[in-house]
Amino acid sequence: MAEEEKDFIFSDICVEENLVYRKPDTLTDTELHYCPGCGHGVAHKILMEVVDELGIQNETIGVAPVGCSVFAYHYLNVDMQEAAHGRACAVATGIKRVQPDKFVFTYQGDGDLAAIGTAETIHAANRGENFLIVFINNGVYGMTSGQMAPTTLPGMVTTTSPFGRDTKIHGYPLKIANLVASLPGVAYVTRQSVHKPVNVRKAKKAFQKAFEYQKRGLGTCLVEIVSNCPSNWRMTPLESNKFVEDKMIPFYPLGDLKVPEGK
Amino acid sequence: MSKKKLMKGNEALAEAMIRAGCDAYFGYPITPQSEVIEYLSREATNRTGMVVLQAESEVAAINMIYGSAACGRRVMTTSSSPGISLMQEGLSYIAAAELPCLVANINRGGPGLGTIQPSQGDYFQATKGGGHGDYHLIVLAPSSVQEMVDYVLLGFELSEKYRCPTMLLTDGAIGQMMEKVELFEQMPRKTEFPDWATTGKPKDSDRRIITSLFIQPEKMEQINLGLQRKYREIEKNEVRYQTIDTDDADYIFTGFGLGARICTKAMELGRAKGYKIGVIRPQTLYPFPYDLYFEHSKKVKGIFDVEMNAGQMVEDVRLAVLGNTRVEFYGRMGGIIPTPDEILENFEKMFLQ
Ligand SMILES: Cc1ncc(C[n+]2csc(CCOP(=O)(O)OP(=O)(O)O)c2C)c(N)n1
Repeated sequence: MAEEEKDFIFSDICVEENLVYRKPDTLTDTELHYCPGCGHGVAHKILMEVVDELGIQNETIGVAPVGCSVFAYHYLNVDMQEAAHGRACAVATGIKRVQPDKFVFTYQGDGDLAAIGTAETIHAANRGENFLIVFINNGVYGMTSGQMAPTTLPGMVTTTSPFGRDTKIHGYPLKIANLVASLPGVAYVTRQSVHKPVNVRKAKKAFQKAFEYQKRGLGTCLVEIVSNCPSNWRMTPLESNKFVEDKMIPFYPLGDLKVPEGK
Repeated sequence: MSKKKLMKGNEALAEAMIRAGCDAYFGYPITPQSEVIEYLSREATNRTGMVVLQAESEVAAINMIYGSAACGRRVMTTSSSPGISLMQEGLSYIAAAELPCLVANINRGGPGLGTIQPSQGDYFQATKGGGHGDYHLIVLAPSSVQEMVDYVLLGFELSEKYRCPTMLLTDGAIGQMMEKVELFEQMPRKTEFPDWATTGKPKDSDRRIITSLFIQPEKMEQINLGLQRKYREIEKNEVRYQTIDTDDADYIFTGFGLGARICTKAMELGRAKGYKIGVIRPQTLYPFPYDLYFEHSKKVKGIFDVEMNAGQMVEDVRLAVLGNTRVEFYGRMGGIIPTPDEILENFEKMFLQ
């Protein structure tokens, strides 16, 4: 870009009056390390917009899992703890039990939440721990480069199910959100996606509700985001969003699985 | 100080935890230490508001400890050998993230599911790391119910001073036996927390991040060097031990915890027969009193190490004496406690015949 052109953009276009979108202070300036087209970035953004809009940045503690979002604390501008693989719900229990007046959330992948961390997830929910579990379901182990996850669809090819997930060998995909929704201590379980603008708006609404319920002490909230993994699905971002629409969502239908009583 | 009270080791430990102003306990039942969580469930929350939660597993318990320790709270868990094995991953994370906390291992016989009887078979696991990576726990070895009380306070203080997870390594016998104890007065729970604690990002400064992940090798090495500096500092300042009649001793009996207590009795029997025996009892197993053994090794004819395991601390004793003197070992396993007579007899066999 020519110098003059740059000057023009910065002095005449990038001015306060023209501002239509501002990154909230709850997100840092650090560049995301996620692959192009990955849903993690959008999920981070709407989650932190909600924290910003509710004005709870200084009373929120997040738990980053092991998985692609292991570095979430680089981006989320709130106090953060990194948890061992699968242990986010136990760590969050420790945080919330000693600071019941603070807002606490975990942000976990499907391997973290529904394989190695199943016990911690189910039992935290069964105790009705009053925090938000954000569950990013991309059907694979992203960080370790695309092995089968507990949520991998039947027939879906991954590096450890190279001939497609065979339910006779690998068992069936675990709909852990449905399991969690069946527990009495749980206030709110919803399944959303971020592959289209309309879904992004709905997912953001879900986060708003979850923090509201947490404030009211209603119990565990789980927001599942049916997401994508273009790199490990070996797809372009667009193809991956189409796969979400055509394959993932029919298996993991969107919508509320549980809402607080009287709602 | 209040009057002396007759208490069971595990209950004294739990009472000390409450009085030390502990904020939270997370644990999972296992013999021979389930009295701890039972006692706390009855006593703690009513008295101090302390959180007491039965976790779904020791894996969960140690990670709850991680979460609450990272909020700057005074927190503790207890378990026995198989449960402590499950906690090793969490302890490695806690050591790496430099979080203070106290863990008691009421050691039972292993390996495997083993036996519920007392053992000292977890010395290696406690003192050499136990989990992955280069780290240490500060390890205190109580040998009486009184020390179960005193070391809770000491353990919290050391772990907070160095931001280093601390372990009380004791055994089922001390956990289960009743002795007179003097308890310290109730201390208030903390109302202010360290500035590294995740209590919500302050308005005018950066967020706090508790992590053990440092992907760049150079950074990870710096973290390791920092930990090692801390361990050298602990080794310099915090070695604790007890010596009995070592001044004129020809022979040293040594052991830790209950083993050392029985050695002391065996020493008395030996002295009555005219053998000049002294006792060394390390109270800290990490840091280990290497220098103390080295100094004595130049003066004595031999060191007799007695443990309720196959010979674990004896490796540190041998390392300490640098071949200056003869070191022999006698141990019982499987939950069997050696008697003083048996110890003396074996000493005579090994050193005097
Ligand atoms: C105890 C342990 N086992 C295995 C791993 C390796 N590991 C890191 S991330 C991961 C899978 C993460 O997948 P997921 O939770 O689905 O999150 P994603 O990366 O897809 O966002 C695994 C197996 C680990 N770090 N720790």
